[in-house]
Amino acid sequence: MTKLVKSIREVIELCGLKDGMTVSFHHHLRNGDHVLNLVMAEIAELGLKDIFVNASSLFDVHTPLGEHIKNHVVTGIGADYISAGLGRAISRGIMEKPVEFRTHGGRPADMARGSSPVDVAFVAAPTADPMGNCTGKIGKSACGSLGYAFADAMYAKKVVVITDNLVPYPLEGFSISEDFVDYVVQVDAIGDPKGIVSGTTRITRDPVGLVMAETAARVIDASGLLTDGFSFQTGAGGATLAAAKFLKEIMLKKGVKGSFGLGGITAYLVDMLRAGCFERLLDVQCFDLDAVESLRTDPRHQEISAMHYASPVAKSAAVNSLDVVLLGATEIDCDFNVNVHTDSQGSIMGGSGGHSDTAAGAKLSMIIAPMFRARLPIITDRVTCISTPGKDVDVLVTQGGIAVNPRRADLRDRLLDAGLNVVDIRELKEKTERITGTPRALPRGDRVVAKVISRDGDVLDEIYSIPEMK
Amino acid sequence: MRRSMLFLPGNNPNMLINAAVLGADAVIFDLEDAVSPAEKDAARILVRNTMRYMDLSGCERIVRINSVDTAFWQKDLLAILPEKPDLILLPKTGSAEDVLLAERFMDEAEESLGLEKGAVGLMPLIETALGVENAFAIASATPRVKALFLGAEDLTADLQCKRTKESREIEYARTRLVVAARAAGVDVYDTPFTDVNDDEGIELDALTAKGLGFTGKASISPRHVEVINRVFTPTLEEIDYAYEVMDAIEEAKRQGKGAIALYGKMIDAPIVARAERTIAMAKALGLERRA
Repeated sequence: MTKLVKSIREVIELCGLKDGMTVSFHHHLRNGDHVLNLVMAEIAELGLKDIFVNASSLFDVHTPLGEHIKNHVVTGIGADYISAGLGRAISRGIMEKPVEFRTHGGRPADMARGSSPVDVAFVAAPTADPMGNCTGKIGKSACGSLGYAFADAMYAKKVVVITDNLVPYPLEGFSISEDFVDYVVQVDAIGDPKGIVSGTTRITRDPVGLVMAETAARVIDASGLLTDGFSFQTGAGGATLAAAKFLKEIMLKKGVKGSFGLGGITAYLVDMLRAGCFERLLDVQCFDLDAVESLRTDPRHQEISAMHYASPVAKSAAVNSLDVVLLGATEIDCDFNVNVHTDSQGSIMGGSGGHSDTAAGAKLSMIIAPMFRARLPIITDRVTCISTPGKDVDVLVTQGGIAVNPRRADLRDRLLDAGLNVVDIRELKEKTERITGTPRALPRGDRVVAKVISRDGDVLDEIYSIPEMK
Repeated sequence: MRRSMLFLPGNNPNMLINAAVLGADAVIFDLEDAVSPAEKDAARILVRNTMRYMDLSGCERIVRINSVDTAFWQKDLLAILPEKPDLILLPKTGSAEDVLLAERFMDEAEESLGLEKGAVGLMPLIETALGVENAFAIASATPRVKALFLGAEDLTADLQCKRTKESREIEYARTRLVVAARAAGVDVYDTPFTDVNDDEGIELDALTAKGLGFTGKASISPRHVEVINRVFTPTLEEIDYAYEVMDAIEEAKRQGKGAIALYGKMIDAPIVARAERTIAMAKALGLERRA
């Protein structure tokens, strides 16, 4: 028996892909991914129409999708995150059907529930053997964890592994195993290593970002959660990453021995593991080369699937054991609802990713955001889009003070006892608007271009088109 | 209390807006070197409006105007004085006459603008060889002078030597300024450390300045503020000792003694004065004596 197929076109035909079916992709190759474009180009060449693309995330490298949408090859999109370039086209209304935004935990959950079925999953694998055992840890396009691809492999009717590093059977240390895989295709390159990982992630040098980061670390210190067994997740954004550095200093000074760091893993979490701040890293996605190297060589650094990471229908998920998560926001409102989907013009430029999963699971979910960006206030009466509901957000850290969700009076008292600058979120909003003025309400178009589906499968909010610029 | 003074370019709204949150005891809004001649007017308006509309509570406001040999300094003062800055930093001060020239203009401006006379202090920036040699005359020129400020970058250019991290080239100027300022009864502030990426260097440089007797130190980077604040904050040992000095003085009074020793050392007026300063600073920072 052989699973090796000569070309992507041939494998599409073997899978029996037809008009109206769903294909899926994962995004560990990030902005260096070639696989989605290669596959979609062949699907278009074959004359297929009305395809639904379910991708864990879409980046600007995937802009050729725009052409496929115009030509009705693609008529549906599901993603957990869509970057600004493609997001803008969607916000301008190139899709007839609204995009379905899910979360990193909600996506595999909906596959498991059967509400988001996949006909053919294409797994971009930096190394695979001819039977489809595959891994992201080695190969010229190594990306580390393949966390988001596990659900696709488990739940899709057909699974195709696409690799640019075919090795003899059986592959040692595989992530996804052959029992899920129907076909294997070898190509010249699954991605451009320069775009796969950012190389090195850097801590912000912005002085205001550093002020917020240090405050965030002090909030964690004062929260009562920073004891032995502490667990932590942070994003790869400037200020949240800097907060990890300040947190590390506090943990080392106090001799706190944490249990695990979670999520998208960066060099800074690897550094904290090596410094003894954590016993383990649980890795659903590597953000930089240090994380890839650590996952490959350090047994304490473990790859996990998106289900294990954050699925609400898993018997348990790591986010539910999480103490603290640091998150960003493009907007936050006085009820602590957070927007990470749209920019100040209402145009799509992101998505929840694991935002609402971790906010729901963690004991302390903290938003770090400046009071204003480019003279636009971040705190609003009502966010343009609810990405994460306010009931799951505990505290907002800005350079002008810390706002605590009224649901967390216990936390507020702790922060006040620690001498931190706790302010009411409405006061913070007014203070900001005294500097920036109060912006006019954002004009919006009349079409729903995306639906935000909560991790529980309900529609949490809708994103409207942006009006034509006059 | 001014342990740290942070320079902020007067033409950078993003920095000005965040002035209060960067941790410095004082910010210096710069209308001089950071601002090109074409932008002087815009920066002056921006700084004036920042001072007028932004709440900088807990942070002193100092403005570096342009030097008295330029066409800008009088316009600077007319715009800034109504906003009641805590100090005016007067660059390239070479002599007492420079100070008196600025003072006369400030007197007149305060009169014509209906402002309280003499309310705004001056901090001459000593950054020429002439200024160093005239330091005491400058510091004692008028009661408006509240402090001296050493600017080593321009000074080393004037001295025709290289500015180095080791700072041997400014040892004389540093000690001369401290002596002159203390003789005149005013504060004295050290020059910024300009390598924003050298975390060890800034700490050593601040420790040197504190060791020489400087009141505090300026910075051109927010990254240096925390280190400077830490170095110029009294240590718990210093605070304890200050309270012990005051206790000893109390005890001496009770016993009717004129002089008293602590740890074998006579306590005299300068030691008491220093203890009082340390305690005042500790109280302002919320630091307490250990049990």
